[in-house]
Amino acid sequence: MKDTNVMKLEFLSKSTNEGFARVAVASFISQLDPTVEELSDIKTAVSEAVTNAIVHGYENTIGKIYITVKIDERNITIEVKDKGKGIENIEKAREPLYTSKPQLERSGMGFTIMESFMDKLTVRSSLGKGTTIVMKKRVN
Amino acid sequence: MTDFKFNGSTLIVKINEEIDHHTCDLIKNKIDLAINFRNTKHLIFDFTGVNFMDSSGIGMVMGRYKNMHKNHGTVAVVGLKPTVKKIFTMSGLFKILSEYKNVEEAMKSEVKMA
Ligand SMILES: Nc1ncnc2c1ncn2[C@@H]1O[C@H](COP(=O)(O)OP(=O)(O)OP(=O)(O)O)[C@@H](O)[C@H]1O
Ligand SMILES: [Mg+2]
Repeated sequence: MKDTNVMKLEFLSKSTNEGFARVAVASFISQLDPTVEELSDIKTAVSEAVTNAIVHGYENTIGKIYITVKIDERNITIEVKDKGKGIENIEKAREPLYTSKPQLERSGMGFTIMESFMDKLTVRSSLGKGTTIVMKKRVN
Repeated sequence: MTDFKFNGSTLIVKINEEIDHHTCDLIKNKIDLAINFRNTKHLIFDFTGVNFMDSSGIGMVMGRYKNMHKNHGTVAVVGLKPTVKKIFTMSGLFKILSEYKNVEEAMKSEVKMA
């Protein structure tokens, strides 16, 4: 039988939950015995996606964030979803150093970090409806 | 959980927690207060106690650099763990600040350079 596993999280878009979310995902992933570096890359990518949902998606109003993590043998798929304001221009948003909130000392490196720390990053978004980030990584 | 130490015109900031969007606002405020408390010429970040940092930390370091740079001050960093160093390298932070082995080395070089 193929070795698969799934977990889901739902929590409020409060900044205290950023630490909770990345630790919860990391602890679920740890059943695959990833290296310290792989685990840390995944924690960072999750932190980026969740922070974006809080800061940009909900702009510090309270909404819900949904995370699904799927394990399929050594392949991990992480989905982070918000029902916030959405992204107008995804291509531009993914450019390194682009930020819509420079006044908050954001550096515009979130998507670049997710992209380089994970194997694959997909962004789906629709204005007024929300954003879904899907990240994939294979651990050895 | 951030410790501050003054040594002449040098301010040493030792951060002892994970740096993310949730923690960095408070850290920023404390550092800015400390910088303005004395006439700080050199800012040294001690990251020995930092096991996690995401892009919020890039903004935090960059913002402090801008403040110091306005007054012709310098910024340095010591104690980067490999995972944190990866973020520094990726984001180009080493273009605006130098990394040293320890606080003593940083003090020697930064004060001499000024
Ligand atoms: N979930 C989201 N909902 C709405 N807009 C988003 C979302 N995620 C990202 N964005 C938009 O994409 C831009 C780029 O995101 P990215 O994470 O790369 O940078 P940042 O969050 O602005 O800065 P940093 O992550 O370095 O602190 C954001 O400035 C924002 O405009
Ligand atoms: Mg971001």
